[in-house]
Amino acid sequence: MMILSGDPPRGRALVALLAVIVLILAIAPFLFPGAKSLNVAATILVYALLVASYDLLLGYTGIVSFAHVMFYGVGAYGVAIALYGLGPSWGALILGIVAALPVSVALALAIALFSLRVQTIFFAMVTLAVASAFNVLASQLDWLTGGEDGRSFQVPEILRPGFRLISGRAFGVELNGRVLSYYLVFIACAVLFLALLRVVNSPFGRVLQAIRENPFRAEALGYRIVYHRALATCLSAAVATLAGALGAIWQHYVGPDTALNLSIQLDVLVMVVIGGMGSLYGAIVGAALFVVARNYLQGLLGALSAAASGAGLTLAAGLLHPDRWLMWLGLMFILAVYFAPTGIVGRLRGLDKGSG
Amino acid sequence: MSNSVSLETKDLTIRFGGHVAVDAVSCQFRPGELTAIVGPNGAGKTTYFNLVSGQLRATSGAVFLNGHDVTSLGPAERASRGVGRAFQLTNLFPGLSVAENVRLAVQAAEGVHYDMLRPWRLRGDLVSRAEAILEEVALTGRRNAAAAALSHGDQRKLEVALMIALKPTIFMFDEPTAGMSVDEVPVVLDLIARLKQEASKTILLVEHKMDVVRSLADRIIVLHNGRLMADGEPAEIIASPIVQEAYLGLAKAQPS
Ligand SMILES: Nc1ncnc2c1ncn2[C@@H]1O[C@H](COP(=O)(O)OP(=O)(O)OP(=O)(O)O)[C@@H](O)[C@H]1O
Ligand SMILES: [Mg+2]
Repeated sequence: MMILSGDPPRGRALVALLAVIVLILAIAPFLFPGAKSLNVAATILVYALLVASYDLLLGYTGIVSFAHVMFYGVGAYGVAIALYGLGPSWGALILGIVAALPVSVALALAIALFSLRVQTIFFAMVTLAVASAFNVLASQLDWLTGGEDGRSFQVPEILRPGFRLISGRAFGVELNGRVLSYYLVFIACAVLFLALLRVVNSPFGRVLQAIRENPFRAEALGYRIVYHRALATCLSAAVATLAGALGAIWQHYVGPDTALNLSIQLDVLVMVVIGGMGSLYGAIVGAALFVVARNYLQGLLGALSAAASGAGLTLAAGLLHPDRWLMWLGLMFILAVYFAPTGIVGRLRGLDKGSG
Repeated sequence: MSNSVSLETKDLTIRFGGHVAVDAVSCQFRPGELTAIVGPNGAGKTTYFNLVSGQLRATSGAVFLNGHDVTSLGPAERASRGVGRAFQLTNLFPGLSVAENVRLAVQAAEGVHYDMLRPWRLRGDLVSRAEAILEEVALTGRRNAAAAALSHGDQRKLEVALMIALKPTIFMFDEPTAGMSVDEVPVVLDLIARLKQEASKTILLVEHKMDVVRSLADRIIVLHNGRLMADGEPAEIIASPIVQEAYLGLAKAQPS
């Protein structure tokens, strides 16, 4: 299948899992008409793309960067600033994206050329410093970014909740601007994901894996590894920027906490590890699992905690208190890394190999 | 400089702290010639190779490829100018399959570095050349194994396969058969012998086994403490006292 660039998810269990996730995401507006569930679905889409673009760096090329979410922020702020300043037109939206892309690529190139020659740890430190500085800058430039409060803005009319595509309903669901926004995000994420899949399975993508495996030998074969690493950094930054733009279009709001915070960077890291590094399909699995857990774990814990206190188990009730959801998420992460160091994707592929 | 010189080093020197590992080595190599480089452990043979292929930068002196000064170029640039290395310490892409290891070298040889728009499988020419090379080094049966999972002997063969796949004009073998079992050695030696048939190839071979050197070499140079001690016809060099001494030094280090 050339649409998957000759790299289908191997293993029956993995194919089944991915098929279920993608199918649910594809018909989410009709499956879950509620605003919260649709928001969860859209967040999974955007994060899957963001995580996939991060995996191009971390899993395929072996580059550890802490500035990836910064590029997401550039895209999100690009859209926010353009739509806020120029009004909710398609022209402004596109201008925001077109302006954000070169900013991201230039930043990525500068970081790459400045520090990719040196050791991994130094590069990671530089990205951390740049991302922190960028975060501070975005919070300080009040007039441009809205500071800590961020920016709320209007999107073009047909993407607003009040817009109706047709007057009736389809499968019992109103085809409003929210549904249209969702499918805009869905299609854009799908196309960009397939494009990333193409890149990692191209001759260039194979060189990236060679560099990850043994940069010394890759060089001895004639590959200029600094150029390859820089190119991978720029590409992944560009895709992260587009993911940020999509996130902004969906949320109608951009602020440091939704688009720049280092805690998002940590979330991305967790998602890529849980899903499985070095396989883009891991991004879909990791993002789906993480976003669902973050949104529903608290509710689940609340129910369990209430049940436990009803049964007189005060210790269990305390442990399962909804405020402890982060602890449980952390525990799940540790267990995931311990039992599936190659991520869920690696684990499922391994299972299939064992039985075949 | 004569036109037929493909590789030349002039006063090539490298110092590690106070230790001069390669000391003012001046030497010329020509296409169609297989030069064996011998000398005891620590003589500087591998270091000399690293200076030629660019893994190490010379403290002083120069390296010329086909008359061009390449002393300031890095290993990637020298590789694209025709310098191929098979490393003494096996140096592969451990997590990738055997076939993919070779395919990457073929891809490098064809100069396909930045093509990111089509799947690699569509470059069937690269895949089939890689398969042909696997056949040549008798690794076809292991094509899907990860390089890290190969036996030592098979890893040595893959190491050589990567260099062959690169289609260099200068072949640098650094003890290609070291640690191989007796029945695996001929595959590699036959391959080197076949390369020798092609007049356009300059071959450098570091080898401790004197019978191998005797059967393959057109010329021998002797390194000792980083210095070029002797350079000449195999028969004459092997008979010389300096080689007898080096050879004895070896016999101590490698009882086999
Ligand atoms: N990177 C380095 N830093 C410091 N010293 C080095 C380095 N590389 C090599 N040397 C030293 O240079 C000398 C020559 O080493 P080299 O590996 O070139 O010897 P060799 O002739 O290849 O020996 P062998 O037959 O054991 O492979 C040795 O004394 C070694 O310790
Ligand atoms: Mg050596």
